[in-house]
Amino acid sequence: MAEFAIIFISAIFVNNILLAQFLGVCPFLGVSNKLSTAAGMSMAVCFVITLATVVTYLLNMALVAFGLEFLQTISFILVIAALVQMVEIVLKKISPSLYAALGIFLPLITTNCAVLGVALTVVTKDYNLGQATWYAFATSLGFGLAMVLFAGLREQLALNNVPKAFRGIPIALITASLLAMAFMGFSGLV
Amino acid sequence: MGKFQLITKGLIKENPTFVLLLGMCPTLATTTSAINGMSMGLATMFVLILSNIVISAIAAYIPDKVRIPSYIVVIATFVTLLQFIMQAYFQDIYETLGLFIPLIVVNCIVLGRAEAFANKNSVVDSALDGIGIGLGFTMSLTILGLVREMLGSGSAFGFKFIEGDGILAFVLAPGAFMALGYLIVIFKKLTSK
Repeated sequence: MAEFAIIFISAIFVNNILLAQFLGVCPFLGVSNKLSTAAGMSMAVCFVITLATVVTYLLNMALVAFGLEFLQTISFILVIAALVQMVEIVLKKISPSLYAALGIFLPLITTNCAVLGVALTVVTKDYNLGQATWYAFATSLGFGLAMVLFAGLREQLALNNVPKAFRGIPIALITASLLAMAFMGFSGLV
Repeated sequence: MGKFQLITKGLIKENPTFVLLLGMCPTLATTTSAINGMSMGLATMFVLILSNIVISAIAAYIPDKVRIPSYIVVIATFVTLLQFIMQAYFQDIYETLGLFIPLIVVNCIVLGRAEAFANKNSVVDSALDGIGIGLGFTMSLTILGLVREMLGSGSAFGFKFIEGDGILAFVLAPGAFMALGYLIVIFKKLTSK
């Protein structure tokens, strides 16, 4: 049980996927203007990362059994693309309200490097299926936390008078830098 | 647009990092030193040129509906090839860059050029476009890596010019965001005149 707690804390705070590992920075900068879209994106990413990791973990077992590890990159990205498409279709059918909330973010997620990144990281660690799923879930919660915090900061930032050259992405990057510095304080935690 | 412009536009006008803000993940993650940044840029350029050539050659035969998955397969093939080449000849760099080599597959620059340029231009033009954008990306990553290396560890391309450590934060995550933020401002100022 302690092991699961360590994975959880380390994935959310110490090795935060956005602020320490730099995976999924595109949505981090792209859709963090508003708190509500940032939260929607985070939920969609959380859902897809967890699901994709379970599927790619099982797929990897098959690849290893046949000695085809070199196909990891190409097969993972295809599986993720197909999975996202399928989630979109299924969601539309069974839960239109959830689809309305997450729908627009789903197509963007295929090329979100966080999904492929987590899938490829998990198979290099010696996790069993339970730990892998837990790790993926915790990592995506970390993504959501950073995303929501950052969106909150940017909403405040929009009200301020920023020098012209810094407007938009530059000031956002500098804010992200301060946020990353704050997260560095967690580094002794685990 | 002239052939020469195809190569030079990626450096300033359509610079993928400082102007278009594409491919942010490898930009931030691998630029801990100038050499690392340059290696990542060259690795991406390799994939970009080859995928541009192949995609422009086969674009006419791909049905419109399945074009994105087809492009991804082409790109992923070259990334796998790159992984083999790097494992064989550049083991050290391969291990330093680690996860970000397979992640070239989801680098938006590569898919972006396939969708925006290679599928409607000739093979030669697409190859030149790949070289141009690739050079622009390599240049930006090298500059960012150099700035972070100079501030963070007091060296340039591995040669130390200050005794002792630099400002460690610039090698770590916060420095990546900050250095990129300021470089974009400088780039904007210089090119707006």
